[in-house]
Amino acid sequence: MSNEAVLHAHSGVATHEVHGDHHHEHHHHETFITKYVFSQDHKMIAKQFLITGMVWAVIGGLMSVLFRLQLGYPESTFPWLEDLLGKWAKGGRITPEAYYALVTTHGTVLVFFVLTAGLSGTFANFLIPLQVGARDMASPFLNMLSYWFFFLASVVMLSSIFVETGPFSGGWTAYPPLSALGAASPGSKTGMDLWIISMALFVVSSLLGGLNYIATILNMRTKGMSMTRMPLTIWALFFTAVLGVLSFPVLFSGFILLIFDRNFGTSFYLSDIFIAGQGALPNEGGSAILYQHLFWFLGHPEVYIILLPAMGMVSEILSVNSRKPIFGYMAMVGSLFAIAILAFLVWAHHMFVTGLNPFLGSIFVLLTLLIAVPSAIKVFNWLTTLWRGNIRFTPGMMFAIGFVSLFISGGLTGIWLGNSALDIHLHDTYFVIAHFHIVMGVASMFGMFAGIYHWFPKMYGRYLNNTLGYVHFWVTMIGAYLIFWPMHYEGLAGMPRRYYDYSSWESFKQFIELNRFISTVAMIVFAVQLLFLFNFFYSIFKGRKVKTQNPWGSNTLEWTTPIRPGHGNWPGEIPEVHRWAYDYGKDGKEFIPQTTPVGADESHH
Amino acid sequence: MTTVQTKQPQRIHPHKFTLWVAMGSIVMMFAALTSAYIVKKNQSNWLEFDIPQVFWYSTAVILLSSVTVHLAAKAFKAREMGRYRTLITVTAVLGVLFISLQWLGFQSLESRNIALTGARSNSAASFLFVITGLHMLHVLGGVIALLVIFIRAYSVKMKNYSSLSIDLAATYWHFVDVLWIYLFIFYNWIG
Repeated sequence: MSNEAVLHAHSGVATHEVHGDHHHEHHHHETFITKYVFSQDHKMIAKQFLITGMVWAVIGGLMSVLFRLQLGYPESTFPWLEDLLGKWAKGGRITPEAYYALVTTHGTVLVFFVLTAGLSGTFANFLIPLQVGARDMASPFLNMLSYWFFFLASVVMLSSIFVETGPFSGGWTAYPPLSALGAASPGSKTGMDLWIISMALFVVSSLLGGLNYIATILNMRTKGMSMTRMPLTIWALFFTAVLGVLSFPVLFSGFILLIFDRNFGTSFYLSDIFIAGQGALPNEGGSAILYQHLFWFLGHPEVYIILLPAMGMVSEILSVNSRKPIFGYMAMVGSLFAIAILAFLVWAHHMFVTGLNPFLGSIFVLLTLLIAVPSAIKVFNWLTTLWRGNIRFTPGMMFAIGFVSLFISGGLTGIWLGNSALDIHLHDTYFVIAHFHIVMGVASMFGMFAGIYHWFPKMYGRYLNNTLGYVHFWVTMIGAYLIFWPMHYEGLAGMPRRYYDYSSWESFKQFIELNRFISTVAMIVFAVQLLFLFNFFYSIFKGRKVKTQNPWGSNTLEWTTPIRPGHGNWPGEIPEVHRWAYDYGKDGKEFIPQTTPVGADESHH
Repeated sequence: MTTVQTKQPQRIHPHKFTLWVAMGSIVMMFAALTSAYIVKKNQSNWLEFDIPQVFWYSTAVILLSSVTVHLAAKAFKAREMGRYRTLITVTAVLGVLFISLQWLGFQSLESRNIALTGARSNSAASFLFVITGLHMLHVLGGVIALLVIFIRAYSVKMKNYSSLSIDLAATYWHFVDVLWIYLFIFYNWIG
């Protein structure tokens, strides 16, 4: 199953040598531009995704700190805010328009730019070729384009923050009419134009990336790497890519109709609604709900696009650091598959209160609650993998265990929200905020941190500082619960999301102290992320050097490459695989790499 | 290369595979738009109208172009380069003709006072315009792909024996053809 023959398609002409084994030994002339900027090496592209994602995480995180200031201290003024935001914080208090713009941009950026591009963009690029035993992606050129489309999307989104009328401010879901009507709010003008251009570019980036990931996993596995020998990271990244490739086009078609409503006067979403000071719109018969169907058909798979890579990496890291095989490998693959299928069949649970037919609603309740089954299988398997393992509490492992904790706590509230009857009360309250931030936001961030701590030695040939890692973990872990746990109570009390100032509401005045507490913790947690950033960039240059090829004693193929692998990953032949990735603690051996042939004396195989 | 291929004869080229996945992705986009069409049709204020006559001609044109691109791929593999160049040229011209005919169809709707966009428009006509227009863009993409391999076919510097490019272009061309047949049936008898 050697894949060299089909790999070097960028050479264009089908005349390259027979066996690609020594193909990569001839000298590649690499300039600064081809090595660091327009690189076609999947490892460099992964780092580009990671660092761009980190820049966005800082911007998006800082935005949440700013609007948490408003929520925690609605009566206070902060003169430095006016220095930072200018007219958007006149007199040191964030204006309502700025508040909505901050909330919207925070959501868009974190969901798409950090947890989609930053997470699966980084680890799919980095791990797929390394763990399946390929020299690079199926199409390194499309892979490079994928990053640069993301970069362009980033530039456009960033520029929208600086336009006169401000960035889009109608929520990350961009429901019409706020998104379709320029007159609806200041942010719906140029800000929305830039938002939609940026998102269109982002969809292109995701599709190019996803196509490549699927083609690489299915076509370019090394000899012996059958599908059932793949590490679970690869399975998870595979389903992630399938979800993206099938759901992003649907979002794109929703956006196309939105563009026509915005710019060409059509009536897909807009109807003859009244605008203050303008009278009725000329549009007739449009349906805003239609957009919600198209949006959530992407929007729900999107949460699994965010979560599955984290699940895959956590499975791998838990197994490696428990020195035990993953419990229930096939059940893990099966539950990933079940989640991927169900992801497409539950979108209307975001729309229970839109006037959806209650009978239809009950079907969506059933399908939504069904997701609890594969999720519970995964949790059970993670816990049983940990059970009686020789656990090494590396920072990566801590974050992986933290992920399991957060996934349980956040997943349980999903069972509440999946009920259409309960949802009438809980819809659009802080309960929803608490639920999705824990289960999707923070949990996936933990998966990402776990991945960074675990694979940093492979990425940069140095270790991250452990002490800073433990501080980062504990403050983030405790902080995440302190921020989002109280929000469940606020939500149960009916406190709606997206309000600018709760102090003027008799029912929600009681939460003023609690909101202040949440805001304070949010600032502390944000500060600790800066500590992580320091650790990251310091360690790239000054971290402890990796001295051995396989520092974690791991079975997977990426640890058979040199400590600092070049483009092409393996200097000699691509290794052949003889076994699955999880032979830990077998026959008295601590670990048996996938490249070790099966011995005659092995107990079972 | 031959030795590897005899070992793994059934293995599909990654670029071909990528194209198939990409086509699946495009199918999802049109599936979304046509489902939105059905949802919208079942709500109030839907204008019923006959689709333009000229769409029948454009259907014939795109079917014919599928035949020519198929013959072009066959000619390439038989190394009949003259025939191959003629056939891909004909295919590209038929593609442009198809796009022009679709455009005429839009104009005939406008002349029947069925606005496609703007304040007077009904979403029934707007849907037809947006979906057909997106399909036209996909055909245009195919024409550009044909132009690229057309230029390569005339290049004297590089002799190319790999049928990969023409195979990819032909597969994609058949795909946009089938996609149009689906849309045509959808407009006439389903939607």
